[in-house]
Amino acid sequence: MRLRARARIRAIRAALKGIRPLPPRISAQKDGSVWGRRAKRRKGLAFSDFVFGAVIAFLFAPLLVLLIYSFNASKGGSFTGFSLQWYEKLFMDSGDLWKAFANSVVIALTSALGATVLGSLAAVGTSRYGFWYRGYVKTMSFIPMILPEIIVGVSLLVFFSFVQLKLGLVTVWIAHTTFNIPFVYLLVSARLEEFDSSVIEAARDLGANEMQTLLKVILPMSLPGIASGFLTAVTLSLEDFVITFFVSGPGSTTLPLFIYSAIRFGVSPVINALSVVMVAGTVLLVYPLRNFLKAFAAR
Amino acid sequence: MKRNYGSIYAAPQSIWLTLFFAAPLLIIVAYSFMKRDIYGGVLPQFSLDAYKSIANPTLLTVAWRTLWVSALATVLTILIALPCGYSIARSGNQAMRLFLVIVPFWTNFLLRIYAWIAILGNEGFINDALRFLGLTTEPVRFLYNQGSVTLVLVYMYLPYAILPLFSTIDKFDFTLLEAARDLGATRMQALRKILLPNIKAGLVTAVLFTFIPIFGAYAVPLLVGGKDSYMLGNIIADQVSKTRNWPLASSLSMGVTVLTGIAAILFTLRGRRPTPRVLDESGLGPVGATAGIPSGGQA
Repeated sequence: MRLRARARIRAIRAALKGIRPLPPRISAQKDGSVWGRRAKRRKGLAFSDFVFGAVIAFLFAPLLVLLIYSFNASKGGSFTGFSLQWYEKLFMDSGDLWKAFANSVVIALTSALGATVLGSLAAVGTSRYGFWYRGYVKTMSFIPMILPEIIVGVSLLVFFSFVQLKLGLVTVWIAHTTFNIPFVYLLVSARLEEFDSSVIEAARDLGANEMQTLLKVILPMSLPGIASGFLTAVTLSLEDFVITFFVSGPGSTTLPLFIYSAIRFGVSPVINALSVVMVAGTVLLVYPLRNFLKAFAAR
Repeated sequence: MKRNYGSIYAAPQSIWLTLFFAAPLLIIVAYSFMKRDIYGGVLPQFSLDAYKSIANPTLLTVAWRTLWVSALATVLTILIALPCGYSIARSGNQAMRLFLVIVPFWTNFLLRIYAWIAILGNEGFINDALRFLGLTTEPVRFLYNQGSVTLVLVYMYLPYAILPLFSTIDKFDFTLLEAARDLGATRMQALRKILLPNIKAGLVTAVLFTFIPIFGAYAVPLLVGGKDSYMLGNIIADQVSKTRNWPLASSLSMGVTVLTGIAAILFTLRGRRPTPRVLDESGLGPVGATAGIPSGGQA
């Protein structure tokens, strides 16, 4: 405490000498102004950089091991020689896996679509208007994000059995839409807060009705937010295991569920090959997409 | 006159979340106060049996272990993530370093767990290496204990701690550290007394983003843990699907929810929303993506 006070006094003294004072608190430079950035870049390596290096090694080690084993000639254990047989098996002889993958893609796209429609509309509502259950909307869009997944999964399972809905693709779709909504809502809200609402007022003053304002002003302006909400929802849905585990039934196996049973009941090296293909695929897909989104948002 | 359309926009989402999020939770609350039916499901009679049966030694041991493992894993994660976030924030190439932290997390969650089985298993990479070097003849058992569960949990949630810590440290004015040094503080004193108090918000976010999901962990202890490392999530899942004691599963879920609720209230008391902007750079914590995309240039 005392040290901080003294640092402030020093800043004031410096200011008196005609130098701009240092902003003492984070809040003073939210926009990332020049001050504070000046002393930032260091030369040479510090202790923290070694920790960073070690962490990167730690994070990548498992992926490297998967990569190595995916080219292993023998089924398990030691590395006996180079072979592409697991890749061949992955693409030629893994019908169930690709079926699960197809289920995953269908669920991801449809649940992301549902969540995007519901979440974006609600975001427009709460960012522009005050109404009697606005607080409820905000709370309900926040809690599902922080509640442990297992609670959401168990409560949905109990609910589906209560209303006697048979577990299957439909219940998985409902569950995914539910956990996707809060993320879309948050992303679109953030975008709506960013832009100048006087544009909307102007549109109204010039005689646009609510529908026209929504479709011709609000929608185009919040499109980057809606797009990133949709993509986030797709990712979350493709990735989800815990919630899906509880609400899926016969015939609605998704890719994570398939991987789970492959791990649980006898690991096949095909999974190694699948991991490599998935990492490579995601990097190839996401990287250009992100750049595109950035350019899109910066318009 | 401008009409207030807010309640119309928000209605679909609210109805959806009430039906598929709030209602299931309320059913869980109700079930936790009912008697269990022999064939699964519940008898509609008021009873405190479920809460009484929580107080059996086995369950209390698991609850205690869950708290302990979550606390340990969270502390380790934060201790590793702090220097890491600092190193990224002070680096001249933030974007690259963030990218490196995030890439491993584009792999499916289960595949990352599986990768650790491939490293630590009896026929895994480390045992392979040990055998090759002639250090051991019998495989060393690294998996299926609390140590492996903690290790994999730290691995899983490290980025969730690194990203919020990075984003607050990034806003910190590093000239304050120099001022402290000029005033005679040692390097450690400067970090402890100047840096730490200023990044408290990021620390709180990081702790909650790791502690809450770890507390509800299900898949990690299931796949890399043994009987002695079962956590509450596993007990809940077993009670739901194997033992079919729904009241007990419900009362345990209530316990986890209440604890999460307390954590969430701590958040609100801090007056900050858990939306560190960078989380979105990852696609893993999609929170704040719109905010993140335009600001990409800053990072």
